[in-house]
Amino acid sequence: MEIYDLTAHELADLLRRGEMTSAEVTGAIFKRIHDVDPDVQAYVTLTEDQAYETARKVDGERGQGRSLPYLAGVPAGLKDVLCTRGIRTTCSSRMLEHFIPPYNATVVSKLAAAGAVFTGKLNMDEFAMGSSTENSAFFPTRNPWDLGCVPGGSSGGPAAAVAAGEAPYALGTDTGGSIRQPASLCGIVGLKPTYGLVSRYGLVAFASSLDQVGPMTKDVRDCALVLNLIAGHDPLDSTSAPIPVPDYTSFLTGEINGLRIGIPREFFGDGLDAGVSEVVKASLDKLAELGAIIEECSFPHAEHALPCYYLIAPAEASSNLARYDGVHYGYRATPDDGGEYDLMDMYMNTRSQGFGPEVKRRIMLGTYVLSSGYYDAYYLKALKLRTLIRDDFSRLFDQFDIIVSPTSPTPPFRLGERSNDPLSMYLSDVYTIPVNLAGIPAISVPCGFTGGLPVGLQLMGPVFSEGTLLRIAYAFEQNTPHHRARPSLEGSGSAAPGTRRVPSSTSGLTPGLKECGVHEHGGGGGAVRQEGGCVHE
Amino acid sequence: MKLSIREVEHVALLARLALSEEEKERFRAQLSSILDYADRINQLDTTAVEPTYHVLPLQNVSRPDQRGTTLTQEEVLQNAPDRDGSYFKVPRIL
Repeated sequence: MEIYDLTAHELADLLRRGEMTSAEVTGAIFKRIHDVDPDVQAYVTLTEDQAYETARKVDGERGQGRSLPYLAGVPAGLKDVLCTRGIRTTCSSRMLEHFIPPYNATVVSKLAAAGAVFTGKLNMDEFAMGSSTENSAFFPTRNPWDLGCVPGGSSGGPAAAVAAGEAPYALGTDTGGSIRQPASLCGIVGLKPTYGLVSRYGLVAFASSLDQVGPMTKDVRDCALVLNLIAGHDPLDSTSAPIPVPDYTSFLTGEINGLRIGIPREFFGDGLDAGVSEVVKASLDKLAELGAIIEECSFPHAEHALPCYYLIAPAEASSNLARYDGVHYGYRATPDDGGEYDLMDMYMNTRSQGFGPEVKRRIMLGTYVLSSGYYDAYYLKALKLRTLIRDDFSRLFDQFDIIVSPTSPTPPFRLGERSNDPLSMYLSDVYTIPVNLAGIPAISVPCGFTGGLPVGLQLMGPVFSEGTLLRIAYAFEQNTPHHRARPSLEGSGSAAPGTRRVPSSTSGLTPGLKECGVHEHGGGGGAVRQEGGCVHE
Repeated sequence: MKLSIREVEHVALLARLALSEEEKERFRAQLSSILDYADRINQLDTTAVEPTYHVLPLQNVSRPDQRGTTLTQEEVLQNAPDRDGSYFKVPRIL
């Protein structure tokens, strides 16, 4: 195996045994990035100089015999929706193309304090709205297992980077499946924590009642290690849960004998790809073989989760994205004829030029369902359905320790295949969305391949059951070979653009070539994030 | 179709989006089909169900009234598209 193929904990062990320095590991990762990112296109911004600076600092401290956090000196990538002080944070949007945050997201500060070496900022669907990373305003990211396929989304950049060896691990965000679905499509591990377990401070808001930050890693041990670093109460996030956080690695026992696993039949119906179904069913047999008790069950409101989500999330988004008005930061349109131009013209033109089609579509949808006359019929109705979906989960968790399903109904699809049909794109999140509506945690683990493309298994548990999820995921992983599979990116230069959407002009944002800003570790200031509740017009 | 062009124009104005004629037509069709799909939720009787706005049982989160660190005025203004000294500058309002 190459250095770039290793997991974060394997790299940490090499560093601790003095077999490699962080600078050497960092060099190996950047060499990999320069080799494959022109094809994969996972990075929006690279922070190479700052990365070496941090790596040498960690090496120096280790050389002095200082006791360092376990993952100190191991490189990490960040989805470009997490604010990084002094480093451009774009959300893959024209609106924030030149935005330099004055503070760090709490999760970024926490990783920095643990000695993480940040490689750069990773591509995503614009403002995290999408399931393929084709909605990036800059360029689409490609799936390392097949460059003609999407990596999933919205955290497609982080998923592709981890799968391709361009980052040992990354942080993603998940509002309706945006960590788990790309993790599934790229053959890696992705965890959406319980709502409130991880701080959202400095995460650019999409739908505030649903958004969570989580780890995207090569195996379950890395997932537990990264969750250890980012979980915990944050006074800067008023929706952060004030609860103690365990050591998640203590759950990696490999023992799952007698645990009860429910299989909701509604998650195995119409729309599920036959190849995915076969791989997932074989995985359930494996879990049974390991001693789990598997039983079919019912999730009565499953079919209502998707419409419920596509009313609530756009409603919250339309409110959250009202802040992009061309006044305080971000893009501002200027009059092209130098003629009459008042504040209203500026608002309208700024937002029309700064947002891409999917973001506009969701702002329109959200504005409509919150508007006078439709609020009760759509938004309020969806909030009531959200209660029914939570109740479905509660009833199931009286009976079962966890619920298991496929993560995505299909394997990775071709670039361009669904980009003209919003509804068919939305359907790829049909199994992940109920989890966000209920606020519960879920993890996707690699469980095999169909037609050479990865398939993910989704494990869902009650609130704050991350330990149980990691325990079961770990037992499954240690008894299957899938997490050790790596895509071969040979001959990648010949990737046929085929159905790929032509990338829009990138204004110097050529993948992986742009250095930006000065990376200063340490305290995020005390800025208060604007956070609108939903407005009833 | 569920939405008229007039409704699309009204919503676009509320959302402060200037749409081209082509965009209006496209959003009219796409939003109509999404709303048709969403209408399936109206099959359910939810009269006795309480809405869930938020999943965590947190209420009235407050903090001690102590002075903390804040961003400097310069940091707050560093991303301003236009400014005049220590002010954000906007086009005329009236």
